[in-house]
Order: sequence, then structure tokens, then C-alpha cells
Amino acid sequence: MQSVNGSDMKEPAKRAYKAMLMARAFDTKISALYKAGKIFGGVFLGRGHEAIAACEGVFLEKGRDAYAPFIREQAGRCAWGYSVLESARSYLGSAQGCMRGRDSNVHWGIPGDGNPAPISHLGTGISVIAGLMLARRLQGQSGCVGLACIGDGTTSVGATHEAANLVAVEKLPVVIVVTNNQYAYSTPNSQEFACKSLMERGKGYGMACHECDGTDFLQTLETMQRAIAAARAGEGPQWVVAETLRMCGHGEHDDASYIPAELKAAYADRDPLAVARRQMLEKGWLSEEEANAWEEECRDEVQRLVAQAQKEAAPRSEEEDWDATSWHPMR
Amino acid sequence: MSVTYIDAIHQALAELLEEDPKVFLLGEDIAGSFGGAFKATKGLAERFPGRVLNAPIAEDAIAGVGMGAALGGMKPIIEMQFADFGTLAQNQIANNAAAHYYRTGIPVNLTVRMPSGGTPGGGPFHSQSLEALFAHYPGLHVFTPATVADAYYMLKEAVRIPDPVVFMEHKFLYRWLKADTWVDPQPLPVGKARIARMGKHATVVAFSAMVPEALKAAEELSATTGYELEVVDLRSIKPLDTDTILASVARTARLLVVSEDFPWGGVAAEVVARVADAGFHLLDAPPLRLTSRETPIPAHPELWKAHRPSAAGIAAAARYLISL
Repeated sequence: MQSVNGSDMKEPAKRAYKAMLMARAFDTKISALYKAGKIFGGVFLGRGHEAIAACEGVFLEKGRDAYAPFIREQAGRCAWGYSVLESARSYLGSAQGCMRGRDSNVHWGIPGDGNPAPISHLGTGISVIAGLMLARRLQGQSGCVGLACIGDGTTSVGATHEAANLVAVEKLPVVIVVTNNQYAYSTPNSQEFACKSLMERGKGYGMACHECDGTDFLQTLETMQRAIAAARAGEGPQWVVAETLRMCGHGEHDDASYIPAELKAAYADRDPLAVARRQMLEKGWLSEEEANAWEEECRDEVQRLVAQAQKEAAPRSEEEDWDATSWHPMR
Repeated sequence: MSVTYIDAIHQALAELLEEDPKVFLLGEDIAGSFGGAFKATKGLAERFPGRVLNAPIAEDAIAGVGMGAALGGMKPIIEMQFADFGTLAQNQIANNAAAHYYRTGIPVNLTVRMPSGGTPGGGPFHSQSLEALFAHYPGLHVFTPATVADAYYMLKEAVRIPDPVVFMEHKFLYRWLKADTWVDPQPLPVGKARIARMGKHATVVAFSAMVPEALKAAEELSATTGYELEVVDLRSIKPLDTDTILASVARTARLLVVSEDFPWGGVAAEVVARVADAGFHLLDAPPLRLTSRETPIPAHPELWKAHRPSAAGIAAAARYLISL
């Protein structure tokens, strides 16, 4: 077992932190574009979720593993290895994006990489990840992991229960990460579930369960590493509950005025990026100068890639292939 | 030798498993020695170890797992124990699998078997014909075989086609419909409707278990009145072979569409709309629909028989149509 005290966590920690910086820079930019009226549809930020997301993605391998990020997982997409260019293309509707303007914002994926394109219906990604893992099992592959992301709200959805139970029955190498950011849109935990902790749900499915403070970067890194390694080693499905606060609205259209000021204040010094920076410096895994340089590098990269996506052509309705199936009957 | 519609489905499943290592089956109660609520998978778990998988009662998850496995390079065939429970998987089938090709350019090679339609005593929740519900969504093909040979051939085609296919197999036909063999040496391609019976006085369009009813009505009408009905078996609801329907209407100038589903926005409504659109000038009389009644499906056989279209009802409707 690797440990947070061991030097072998330094490399994933650095990659994860870089992914967090990149995601925050991207979120900041895309929020500004939204406010300037440059984005059609919604904009959904990952503020408060960055450590959780990055620490998921950093232990997964594109192609071998499968990853179903969702609404606040920009840092996870970066850690998994995707450039923010794809995210920018999705938000801006570039015809060169993987969704070609047919879907937008966080609804994009590259299924061939093991990264299915999510739909809006919550909980559906878990069984898709389970299916990808079942396919690998039937194909004789082992050592792979599928990770599906849900939130506190999604634990109430029937699809979540069906899929989690099936994953447990089949003992598939699936990690379900429940990010409890305390609000499902405007609905607080007290109106979402009645059990004491969402850990109880995982125990009910018979899964190995893990819990972490999702604003504590190193604790989250260690927890994700342990859960993902256990699934990879054939120890069956893992249920991870990571606690945080959504430090933004549900989308940029939402001012989150329903979150009490005291709660926001309690998290004022728990921004995952600030915590991660402090921890990286304390560990000596990053110097002040390097951290500043990385921040600048990420801002510049985001600026450049978003500008590129903005220059790319939009889809043209007259050239669109209005075809919903790949097969057609002989005529 | 005589084989049934369910024998044909069993045979197709066995051959699919035999021929393609990517094929596997997932559903409720389908594995072990039990072999499914209707025994469509009887003996297959033993013959193909590890490839016929029981699932918990979780239609949404079964469909989602099927979709994920298809994205992972497999060709899953999932079973909804009854088409009625297919509504519980509708989200994964319609919003996830069906939308996938248009969204991403990658088809989902998923076959969804749905034991469909009414049987005496089936009642409101084990009898429904939900073809129109699934056909409504772009991205799905919906097959509705009405013969033993089509049950075999079209199931094999459903798996060969890279898109999600909803395969509606009629429970009433399972053991009632018999043939000498399931093999048709020259099967009509999927997507083509079949002229099940030639006639000249009216066209009766039907699918699934309504095809044998329509054929029976045609024989009765021929014997009692001399009128000859042309019966068109749609075979698939989607794609819908409008060309064959219009060609038949061009010959007969009269159209009756028979469907076991509910009337509102059903398959019959779609067929009538298409003929009215493209072939209004071919019609000598208003097109007619004969569907099940606008109530849930009753359990008692006496009520059930009066709820769904029957051969006698089809003959009466055809006589009326010809009188117009």
C-alpha cells in the first residue's frame, strides 16, 4: 500500500494538483464567457470538487480503465488526460469537438477511451461503467477499473440503486465516488436522504467503503488511491464518500443564495486548491515559485485553447447528417 | 418436424452465441437450469458457460450494463422478462442507447428482447404492446416478427445490425405458432414488409400476432363473401416499409390497419398518417384503424378477447371498409 508519507505519492500528487489548477483556470474562463453571453446553454463549475475529481482521474489509465465523470469533474477529465480544448469545444459548440454541437457543456465523452458521454439523467452512468467492466471480464481482461461519479442527489435516483446493487452482485471492479457537496441543486442533505451518512448506502450494498474530506487534498488522494487499487486488485466494488461544499451555484445561472452564509463561511479556508497548494509546499513536493509558474502556465493554456475553440467553425445545419442510426434497410 | 416461434428464438440465440464470441445474454431468471420465464434460454447457460448471465430485478441497470458492454466491444442481448417491464428500462434504452449514435457517431450494438402482447389471463401488466412507445425515439429499430422464420432470421439480424434494436416477440405466438422449419432459404431483408396474402379488394396492414388474425379473417371473408383481402405483414415497425404499403393500397384502394397496441398515437395511427400523406389519391375510401380498446388490458379471457382485435372483428371491419 502506498502511503501519503511515501515519496511514491509525490508524482500523482503533482499531476493531480496540476489538473486542479487547469480545471480552476478553465472554470474561471468559461464562467466569464457565460457572463459575457458567449455560451449557449448552461455552465457548470467544479469549485469545491477539484481535489476529489483530480484524485479520481490521476489513478486511472485512459484506454485500460473506464471513467464516467459528470457535472463537476473538469479536474478529473484533466487528470485522466484530456485537454481543456475538448471541454471548451463542447461549451462553445465547435464542429470539431467530439459532440459536434449535437450535445454541449459537460455532456461529452470519447467512448473509445473508456469515457462514455454522459446523459442528463442521473445515475445512468454507473451501469454503463459496469457494462464496460463486464465486457472486459468477458474478454478476459483483468487489472482494469471503472469509476463512476455521482453526487448526494444522485444517491436518491432509482438507477443508482439498481446499478450499485448489480455491480456488487457481480463483484465488478467498479469504484463509485459519491461527492456529497451538501446540495442537490437547491435541496439540502436533510431533504435528500434520512440515513445518518451516505456511507451506510455503500455498506448496504455490501461494498468496501471509504470516506474522506474532499477538501483535504492529500487525504482525498490517499483515499482514492486505496479504493482504486483495491478494485484493480480484484477486491470487488468500492464505495467512496467524499465530503465537500459546492462553492458555486448549481450552474452559473444560479447564485446559490439558498446556501446559508455561515456554511459558506465555514468553508472559506477550505478551498481545495488553497489546501492542496499548502500541502504540496509543506511536503516539499512543490516550491512557491513552481506553484506560481504552474498557475500562470494553466491560465495561459486555457486562454490559448479557449481562443482556439472560439475560432473553430460552428456546425452548419445545411450540412448536418440528420441520421439517428448507423444502419439503414435496403431500398 | 414441427417447430414453434419460441423454438426459433431459442435456436437463433444458440447460434448467435455459437458464432460470435462477442454475444452474451443478460436478463432476469435466464440462466441456470431455469432458462427464463418462457424458456427461451433453456440449456444455453450450460452450453455457453459464463455467457448467459442472471441479473437482479433491475431493468434500468440491465439496459445500462448492456449499453456499456456494447461500448466495450460486446454484442449483448438483454431480456426484459415482459415488454411491460421494458418501460423501467426506457430511460437507458431511449435516452442513453438510442441517442448515442447521433450524439457521438458510435452505434450501440444492443439487442433488447421483449416478450410482448396479450395472452388470456395476462392482465394489465403482462400483456402490453409497446412498439410505438419505443419506435417514437430516434435511434431505435423495432422488430415485430409474425412468423417462425422471421422470429429466427430477424433476431439474428437484430444482433448483426450495429444499432440498438428492440425485438418484440409475441408471447401468444411462442407455442401456438408452428412451422416445419425456422429456416427460410431466401429471407426477405429486414426493413421490407411482406405480402402475407394477395388480394384485391382491400389492404389489411398488420404485424406480430395480428398477422395470423388478419389471415384468418381474410380466409373467412373469401369463403363467405368472395372478397379478397391483401394482408401486409410489416415485420418491423421501424424501419416502416411505407413503399410496400403504398404499392398494396395502389392495387386495392382501401386500407385497414390492425394493431394490438392502444389506439392513441399507435402504430396504426402512424401507418394511416403515412398513407394519407403519400397516397391519399390512391384511396377510394377513408382509411380505417382497428386497435385494442382505450382501456388497460383486462385479465379475464372473456374481456381480453373483446379488448384486442380478433379475426371476426377484422373481417367485420374489412366488410364495412369495402362497403364504403
